[in-house]
Amino acid sequence: MTDLTRITLAQARDGLKARSFSATELTQAHLDAIEAAKALNAYVLVTPEKALDGAKAADARLAAGEAGPLEGIPLGIKDLFATEGVRTTACSRILENFVPSYESTVTAQLWRDGAVHLGKLNNDEFAMGSSNETSCFGPPVNPWRRTGSDTPLTAGGSSGGSSAAVAAGLALGATATDTGGSIRQPAAFTGTVGVKPTYGRCSRWGTVAFASSLDQAGTITRTVRDSAILLRSMAGFDPKDSTSVDRPVPDYEAAIGRSVKGLKIGIPKEYRLEGLSPEIDALWQRGADWLRDAGAEVVEVSLPHTSYALAAYYIVAPAEASSNLARYDGVRYGRRVPGKDIAELYENTRAEGFGREVKRRILIGTYVLSAGYYDAYYVKAQKIRTLIRRDFENVYAAGVDAILTPATPTPAFPIGQKVTSPIEMYLNDVFTVTVNMAGLPGIAVPAGLGGEGLPLGLQLIGRPFDEETLFALGEAIEQAAGRLDAPQWWG
Amino acid sequence: MAVDDNTVRRIAHLARIRVTDEEVPHLRSELNAILDFVAQLDQVDVSGVEPMTSVLPMDLRQREDKVTDGGYADRIVANAPQSEDNYFVVPKVVE
Repeated sequence: MTDLTRITLAQARDGLKARSFSATELTQAHLDAIEAAKALNAYVLVTPEKALDGAKAADARLAAGEAGPLEGIPLGIKDLFATEGVRTTACSRILENFVPSYESTVTAQLWRDGAVHLGKLNNDEFAMGSSNETSCFGPPVNPWRRTGSDTPLTAGGSSGGSSAAVAAGLALGATATDTGGSIRQPAAFTGTVGVKPTYGRCSRWGTVAFASSLDQAGTITRTVRDSAILLRSMAGFDPKDSTSVDRPVPDYEAAIGRSVKGLKIGIPKEYRLEGLSPEIDALWQRGADWLRDAGAEVVEVSLPHTSYALAAYYIVAPAEASSNLARYDGVRYGRRVPGKDIAELYENTRAEGFGREVKRRILIGTYVLSAGYYDAYYVKAQKIRTLIRRDFENVYAAGVDAILTPATPTPAFPIGQKVTSPIEMYLNDVFTVTVNMAGLPGIAVPAGLGGEGLPLGLQLIGRPFDEETLFALGEAIEQAAGRLDAPQWWG
Repeated sequence: MAVDDNTVRRIAHLARIRVTDEEVPHLRSELNAILDFVAQLDQVDVSGVEPMTSVLPMDLRQREDKVTDGGYADRIVANAPQSEDNYFVVPKVVE
């Protein structure tokens, strides 16, 4: 039999329907692969019993002809999504023993559609990071290595467990979240597809909050089609999230294979950064050529406020984080460190419970929101956000259908390389962060291997709620670039 | 707008995070590095620009003002480090 962990989600779905293999066989193959891949540290909790129970129920529904759209598909869940009765930590010591009594809307919809829960995936603590090194469980390891080297590389962050698991065949797909690039950057680093949908497309309810005006749930999968299938189940209106958008979810998979002929693709000149590596520049050029060959028209566009996005982000995101993370007080849930009074209990609990990067961001956020500085920092950053969004609106109003950029300024880097410099780490998000600031959808698609033998990704940015055009264009790139599979060295 | 050691201590107290004297200088330099980085925003003319208050243009929904959930205090306190009779237990707050 073919290796059931190396097929695509779409192939698995079709194979299950045709009864070529059972959901139990498919799930067991993934549990075995997870067991053999402990060195990757992709999962922080495996739920084999839950997975096999789910697979058994899926087999029954498949036999009865009552299969849901994801019936029997084994998935990994980022440890930021609350899962009922299954420990959910956000990879923080402060939540080390938290077992939710409720299920996040996104995961509830996956189970509704028949998916099988393999376990919880590693991420940066509270999704704050770009290399997954802030996790209290330690970083996951990228299944990809440089040619001729065994130096462990980052799988990206914050959704590094999701990207590592999908690239290594430890799940057919994974949920992820993206606040500044946390889906698209790890996808680019691992040769996988990452989709950050439009703000409001997926419910935030039951997902551990980082920066509420930027956070959005999305997918990491091995193909564009797989992301389209998965997103359809995850997306949709939820009255429990006040910024959830009430509009129908299209059949995203129908956009796969749709012609891109005549679409207008913008190349933003401000993304051509000084010092951009020639390899990334050539990749970008090649991506534009592929889309041109597929019949799209490629034009240069201008997004003049691009260079301010990262700085504005590093005001808005920490400000919202400092407010959201105020709830971790050692009283209602999570770790508690005693003190002589309640103030000292709070201070001790938070000092011991939060890691360095999280504390740094809470402090920055507290500072920019403090009396006398609110207007100078937070309000100013929100004004710049208006300008960033306006840049995109102008480009789309001029007839551009989507924007093509590199996904990241570099391929995956060694674990430990950038932890000492927060600013250098923040620069990872330079191509992705504008998308969150403007609330737009974005997709990262593998576009080939670079000189070191590592995957490189391209990013497409779409109009609000036009994920379908991104799926059509993303698949055109995928067709031209070919799929990437990490050579197996683990297990 | 550089922060000094006392500002670091004040901010840490506002954020209810204990910092030790050894941590303060390091935090100060990290916070100043980030504030230097964001200082580039001073170059942008934002006069007449409205701050973004809604990511996508939409009105905040309102719902009927009635109880739609609840009645399971035991589940609410299930993860509490210390609880008694479905109450959260904290050190004495009022003398």
